Amino acid sequence: MINQYQTPFTLGSVNEALTCCVPEPQLEVRALSVSYGERRVLEAVSLDIYRGCITALIGPSGCGKTSFLSSINRLTDMLPSARVEGSVRFDGREIFDATVDTLQLRRRIGMIFQKPNPFPLSIRRNLELPLREHGVRNRRERSERAEQGLRDVGLWDEVKDRLDSSAMALSGGQQQRLCIARALVLEPEILLMDEPCSALDPMSSAVVEELITRLRGRYTIVIVTHNLAQAKRVANYAGFFWMTERVGKLIEFGQSQRLFEAPAHALTRAYISGVSG
Amino acid sequence: MAERLFTWTIWLSAALVAAALVWVIGDLVRLGMAHLSLDFLLSVPRDAGRSGGIGPILVSTVLIIGVTLAVALPLGLMAAVWLAEFTTRGNALGNAIRLSLDVMAGVPSIVFGLFGNAFFSIYLGMGFSILSGGLTLACMVLPVFIRTSEMGLAAVSDAWRHGASALGMTRSAAIWHILLPAASPAIGAGIMLGIGRATAETAALIFTSGYVDRMPESLLDSGRSLAVHIYDLSMNVTGGDAAAHAAALVLIALIVVFNLLAQWLTDRWLHRRLIA
Repeated sequence: MINQYQTPFTLGSVNEALTCCVPEPQLEVRALSVSYGERRVLEAVSLDIYRGCITALIGPSGCGKTSFLSSINRLTDMLPSARVEGSVRFDGREIFDATVDTLQLRRRIGMIFQKPNPFPLSIRRNLELPLREHGVRNRRERSERAEQGLRDVGLWDEVKDRLDSSAMALSGGQQQRLCIARALVLEPEILLMDEPCSALDPMSSAVVEELITRLRGRYTIVIVTHNLAQAKRVANYAGFFWMTERVGKLIEFGQSQRLFEAPAHALTRAYISGVSG
Repeated sequence: MAERLFTWTIWLSAALVAAALVWVIGDLVRLGMAHLSLDFLLSVPRDAGRSGGIGPILVSTVLIIGVTLAVALPLGLMAAVWLAEFTTRGNALGNAIRLSLDVMAGVPSIVFGLFGNAFFSIYLGMGFSILSGGLTLACMVLPVFIRTSEMGLAAVSDAWRHGASALGMTRSAAIWHILLPAASPAIGAGIMLGIGRATAETAALIFTSGYVDRMPESLLDSGRSLAVHIYDLSMNVTGGDAAAHAAALVLIALIVVFNLLAQWLTDRWLHRRLIA
């Protein structure tokens, strides 16, 4: 019998993870457009995000991938000049409805940022504060879930002796894994990741990438990445964004293998082979 | 050569500043130390302050500062939070308030004294009282405190705001648990500036808390602050110099104590936020 506490990861090996790719759409994005003031950055994006799968969004900088992610958890609400049009259905329910509780929505759809952003608090408190804010009153439950979160991202053994020291003292890779753990303890269904590895050194980047593949099946993941090799390695589905007339558009979307090996669109082909962008 | 001159100038400037401070304190110690005793701190002033002590004056000073902080801290923090978190950049009302705060921060304290006298003492009927003086000082301290705290909050990284929001935390939780503790060094600095200004103030208090040197029985009693007492001793009372120097020493000690206390409290609060 394998003692789960001896291995840093508790999600099981990559092979044991649930197979995804039951093509059951969890998010249905239809004609999604995002503007900041007068400037439109993303136009008429329609795609499905499938439950339990990893969907990679690729494309050059500034073509609206981050805006796409931020509109899905309605983080765009925080930017006064941002305007979002179109429809996103999450398990059939429109997320842009005025009646949607955004706090609850963001608990169900976690987000990981490009630059690790642990709070300037202790490691423990980074994990327990969001739990408390979401109504977990029991101190012991909070502490257990925090530990589970740290084990899930393989950080427990590295930090268990200094839970009460500042999270800012962790390395960049550890900070990013802490941020992932912080999102995981809230038991989200979807994780939005905005270039989660691009601010990390290659070693930490590899660790985080492996973690992402281990999360497959248990969570639905949408990852923005500039690293095409990474997208190819981890993704089940891939979408290619491109800027035409200074507005970001989705050029091609489909199964990752097909998109990378037999792109249907000339722009995709050019971008993947490194000709442009 | 030029590099050497530069280094010397830098050192000399620092030494000059330090020397001025040492001189002032040295002078006070030389002239006032002999007059200083526990009895001086506790007993009531006699013979217009030439003899006796500063007991009631210390009590009045602490009460006035207490009123000032009790009003200015919560009000100032909330105003700073509003300016930093609830107005967007370029918001007209926000900018108007910032401008008026900056103007108010530069207004001479005597003007605050006249305002306090007209508004708190006469219009609101508080008369010459510790309450009236404390409130006047609060008006005087607020602009600096609000602006320092606001800049501290504005300097806090947006990554934490977005991070908290993406975790489904409410805005109030993000402000209370993350942003305010992160801004606490600036808030602490604002408190210290405020305490310094309030403790050293005379002009604004003469018209509001008055200069009765009896032991105050309530916040509605008139009370003389240490700075007013020193002013009175050195300007109006011949032969009061020794007592004035001793009182000035006490005033400096008081400011140091207040600042250490404020520092300790902000650190403790920050630490509690960090760990608990």
